[in-house]
Amino acid sequence: MSEIAQMDLNPRGAVKSESPLAMARVNVALASSARDAGVVVREKPFLGHLVLRGNAQDEAFRGGVERVLGLALPLALGPVARDESRGVSIQWMSPDEWLIVVPAGLEFEAEAALRRELSGHYAVMNTSGGQTVLELTGPKVRELLMKCTPYDVHPRAFPVGKGISSVFAKGSAVIRRVDEERWELVIRRSFADYLYSWILDAAEEFGVFVAPAEPAGSAERRIVREVAVEGH
Amino acid sequence: MLHIYCPHCAEYREEEEFRPKGEAHIARPVEPEATSDEDWGNYLFFRKNPRGLHHELWYHAAGCRKFFNITRDTVSYQIHETYKVGQQPSVTKQASSSKGAAK
Amino acid sequence: MSQQNRLGTGGRIDRSRPLRFTFNGVELQGFAGDTLASALLANAVDVVNRSFKYSRPRGIVAAGAEEPNAVVQLGASEAAQVPNVRATQQALYGGLVAASTNGWPNVDKDLMGVIGSVGGKFMPPGFYYKTFMAPASMWPKYEKYIRKAAGLGRTPKEKDPDIYDHINRHCDVLVIGAGPAGLAAALAAGRSGARVILCDEQEEMGGSLLDSRELIDGRPASAWVASVLAELATMPEVLLLPRTTANGYHDHNFVTLHERRTEHLADLAPSINGRRQVRARMHRVRAGEVILATGTHERPLVFSHNDVPGNMVAGAVSTYIRRYAVVPGRRLVLSTSNDHAYRAALDWHDAGREVVAIVDAREHPDGDLVNEARSRNIRIIPGSAVIEANGKKRVSGAQVARIDIGGFKVAGRVETLSCDTIASSGGYSPVVHLAAHTGARPEWRDDILGFVPGKVPGMTPVGGVQGKGAIAEALADGAAAGVAAAQRTGFQVEAPALPKVAKVREGRAVALYQVPHVKPAMRAPKQFVDPQNDVTAAGIELATREGFESIEHVKRYTGMGFGTDQGKLGNINGMAIAARCLKQTIPQTGTTVFRPNYTPITFGAITGRHCREFFDPRRYTALHAWHVEHGAKFEEVGQWMRPWYFPRGNETMHEAVQRECRAVRESVGILDASTLGKIEIQGKDAREFLNRLYTNAWTKLDVGKCRYGLMCKDDGMVMDDGVTACIGDNHFHMTTTTGGAAAVLDWMELWHQTEWPELEVYFNSVTDHWAAMAINGPNARKLLAELTDDIDLSRDNFKFMDMREGTVAGVPARVYRISFTGELSYEINVQANHAMHVWKALFEKGEKYSLTPYGTETMHVLRAEKGFIIVGQETDGSMTPEDLGMQWCVGYKKPFSWIGRRALTRPDTKRDDRKQLVGLKPLDPKLVLDEGAQIVLEKEITIPMPMVGHVTSSYYSPNLGHSFALAVVKGGAKRMGQTVYLPMADGRVHAAEVVSPVFYDADGARQNV
Repeated sequence: MSEIAQMDLNPRGAVKSESPLAMARVNVALASSARDAGVVVREKPFLGHLVLRGNAQDEAFRGGVERVLGLALPLALGPVARDESRGVSIQWMSPDEWLIVVPAGLEFEAEAALRRELSGHYAVMNTSGGQTVLELTGPKVRELLMKCTPYDVHPRAFPVGKGISSVFAKGSAVIRRVDEERWELVIRRSFADYLYSWILDAAEEFGVFVAPAEPAGSAERRIVREVAVEGH
Repeated sequence: MLHIYCPHCAEYREEEEFRPKGEAHIARPVEPEATSDEDWGNYLFFRKNPRGLHHELWYHAAGCRKFFNITRDTVSYQIHETYKVGQQPSVTKQASSSKGAAK
Repeated sequence: MSQQNRLGTGGRIDRSRPLRFTFNGVELQGFAGDTLASALLANAVDVVNRSFKYSRPRGIVAAGAEEPNAVVQLGASEAAQVPNVRATQQALYGGLVAASTNGWPNVDKDLMGVIGSVGGKFMPPGFYYKTFMAPASMWPKYEKYIRKAAGLGRTPKEKDPDIYDHINRHCDVLVIGAGPAGLAAALAAGRSGARVILCDEQEEMGGSLLDSRELIDGRPASAWVASVLAELATMPEVLLLPRTTANGYHDHNFVTLHERRTEHLADLAPSINGRRQVRARMHRVRAGEVILATGTHERPLVFSHNDVPGNMVAGAVSTYIRRYAVVPGRRLVLSTSNDHAYRAALDWHDAGREVVAIVDAREHPDGDLVNEARSRNIRIIPGSAVIEANGKKRVSGAQVARIDIGGFKVAGRVETLSCDTIASSGGYSPVVHLAAHTGARPEWRDDILGFVPGKVPGMTPVGGVQGKGAIAEALADGAAAGVAAAQRTGFQVEAPALPKVAKVREGRAVALYQVPHVKPAMRAPKQFVDPQNDVTAAGIELATREGFESIEHVKRYTGMGFGTDQGKLGNINGMAIAARCLKQTIPQTGTTVFRPNYTPITFGAITGRHCREFFDPRRYTALHAWHVEHGAKFEEVGQWMRPWYFPRGNETMHEAVQRECRAVRESVGILDASTLGKIEIQGKDAREFLNRLYTNAWTKLDVGKCRYGLMCKDDGMVMDDGVTACIGDNHFHMTTTTGGAAAVLDWMELWHQTEWPELEVYFNSVTDHWAAMAINGPNARKLLAELTDDIDLSRDNFKFMDMREGTVAGVPARVYRISFTGELSYEINVQANHAMHVWKALFEKGEKYSLTPYGTETMHVLRAEKGFIIVGQETDGSMTPEDLGMQWCVGYKKPFSWIGRRALTRPDTKRDDRKQLVGLKPLDPKLVLDEGAQIVLEKEITIPMPMVGHVTSSYYSPNLGHSFALAVVKGGAKRMGQTVYLPMADGRVHAAEVVSPVFYDADGARQNV
């Protein structure tokens, strides 16, 4: 066996997968439509989540990541590197840690490509089963977030593009501002039910609507795979 | 509720993102087996509890998960500086008393 | 008899919206815009409460947060009950129901009042302590009646249906108080573009300007307030929060604001479009700069019977007349030490009612307001004060006399004036409470006869709280502070043009607190300092005579400033009296410390959304829905909801657990083990790191192999344990206890970041990424074989403590052949999203083996039969590996002095009489010992006697056919075969034999099949 065991954890055959919110229940009065809602909640399940560790001072490390993911490695807390068309993002988490999100099912390819391109002291860890993404959109999301996190979500402190991690209710969450009124939360599987219920409860006064989860697209897959292969 | 500048995130963050971890600069003896029982006991159990300047280890638990140091006044709760592990404080009792002497 | 004290015109009330309300069962009417207090005064309700200790009738004294007497119980229904509401701060709404909080059986006929009037002088400070404490055994009896008679409201007995929440806010400038100074500050800062929050505790913003006599730019001051609020409302970065009290000022400019969002509408929060509205909200504000514009509280004068209803502070009289169009009486006597209070007499006179006299403590009063009074031919009595009020339930007269302030004596004959209202003013105390929350001691200023806030970094006091109470001065002070605060937070703005305010010339005030009486201070009729707590001037004097010299001790001995009052009305008077008695100055006497909260807030607002289902996060595994569907009873472990047991039909817990235990030992059972902490470790120094972290050695663990490890803290005590697998040469999968997962990861980071940064290794939590299903029992292999075709399960190719990768039920899996039951066991790990599929497939194939789901209770029994410890159950932070009999897991020969090693050679950890892990076999084989039961060596119980240990785990085992326990016993390893005793609280004494902690399959034959 090799130094690092890498394993594609996605089944080949027909297996019914369940997102962390598979059993979540809605316990509040929902708005009748997204248009009537101050907050629209939507899960983006089954995405590929990788934790990347390494030395940001190492040019070869930075170059390798960029070749594989087609995005420059962010070197400080601030904007999330993101290509929405390909569904790829890299977020600075710590001076030697990044969160990479890729389309559903591509985490193994992305990890393999990174391992081909990187050398020395680094780590790639698959956490795809352990977290999920919630998208929050609407004019009242900022006010909702103020009820959830002590982090300052005002545009002056949290401009579009930024990503951070902080306390969220009595748990924690990665919080990313995708657009003026569109935010993403990356939350842990085991806390997902608690945080989801909390969000609905806190958003009730603004009118909250739950949109169906985003299906995993196959077109996106190809694009990322090509980039990953190109990099090699 | 302290407002703490994380030297890794380069931002002020709310205290609830952090965990205090006690006195800073407690180095583990390099050769534990050659350390006397008394010295080992001091390393394990004995900590300063000063009135005034104190150097403390903190952990950015809900943020970058890095440990770092804070120089804090235990009376006023004013934070004089935060600095990374491996660095030395610039605000110390010695520094402030020598400043006092210069006046 | 309706609103006989209401004026026909004026005020900020809406006469077109009459509102009915009920006070102490009587239905009354007020208007929209009233407070409960103004509506009560409009209806000439004199007695609103009975006093706390003496049960004296009390009326409304003030018009704001400092009101000591009109503290009411609010709520029409049981669930809506709120105690401690100050009527002066409660907006009137239709249907409001309020009652006095004190007075038993009622405020007019009060039982305790008999004690209060007859025995008053027999109830000095410390009365309860001195009288009722002996014999001590009787106190609970006395207390029951005393509490019943002297409460401050009660909590609801039904669940509060309302919701509350918290909101986190960040701003550049927080302005507390929307009077002239606060409004000017907010306007200046707001115009800079800075993020500004302006909060005010009243229904309407404007503070003193809402009842001011002065004109601003030639218009009523309230017009200027309206124009400023209109401009502020257009600024996108300005947040206006009326009905919002800054209740706590914490470190680094963190201020909590308590916003009452619906309490002016009804006693329960209304729904809008079916959406529940938040009743009260706590704003947790981090401010760059704080501008404190909290103004002043007027001090009443301390004279005899100054608590009889009809006694009010002068400013409140003005407020009720001008803001609410209520004149709270017919004939007024004003007793003052300053010019400012003359407004009360002028307003009273202008409302068309009689001002009997203004009694001024100064010899030569001289100022614009004094001259206005003279021009109205109001009688002014100089050099004098009201020394005693006449009347019981309402003032009937005022005894006035010339006084010698310096000599503290009455200097002339006493004249009695007939009146029903006495307004008094001894000056104005800055509201320093918030600034004091951070620990800053207020500073005395002789020129204003008051304490001003001490210095707080990032805080600027403005206006009245800084001794700049005159409107023009307050406006200028606030505007300048607003500009400066904006600048300090990075915003530039020009100072706003200040409106024109005519200057009112005021004569200098005289320092007067306690008014001398013809009788010596200790024998004068009661002179109240703190009416809410029934603290009198004589009480304070007595405290100083009894040796209490520190103001903090005087406070605690007398009760001054306790309760909801928190030193608002009476503190400065009390300090002045203590200073006089101790023959020192007020600054020498000092102040007591003010603490949050400034005014009482409900538990709902403190709790916010963190209650009921959100009290604590509940964590679920990927298989939770199945457990629920199959009737699992759950146990909270850490924050995880784990299946405890799976009862069938009407099974009791005991029956279910016995069945589950047998199923595992006889066929196969399955446990959801997903909650175990899992940490992925990568890097070329991973092995070395594990060598330093664990007590045992990791250098030679081959890829595909698992090992059990113990972790100690550096004091040598066990902190966690678990199995770690080598899945690549530089790649390990660690498991921790369920509760220890986060702590272990932090622990690893701590050592890596602070001691061994040179080690090339990274860690990450993968607890949630993997779901883990443990199948245990003699049929485990057969079951697994039905679901995998790419893993060789044969005994020789997949040994105990091996790990294999493959496919289970079509899902990629890592399978660990490890066992926490002592049976043949496989722990199947799959990516959590696919876990439910695998779990269900196992049950499909498992039917023929009677695959039985089991919970934590069965897991505990089975592992205890094997003598496997649970960290936190068998350990408590004081157990070494050797105490646990786990020397086999300690690598003393490892080259690096791993965490805990050095401490294990300390004399104390080497003692052979330490508590050691043993098994206990009760002599009665049916008896399950209590966990936590203490162990002694003698059968005869004598108290005290040496206790040598305690039971850590105890169960009945269907497999063994008897009960058994694990325990820690001093020198236990040497006591095998000895009988020990366990005395119970009910007098029984159980006996048990000390045995090996391994009860079942000591050779491990069952797991090595």
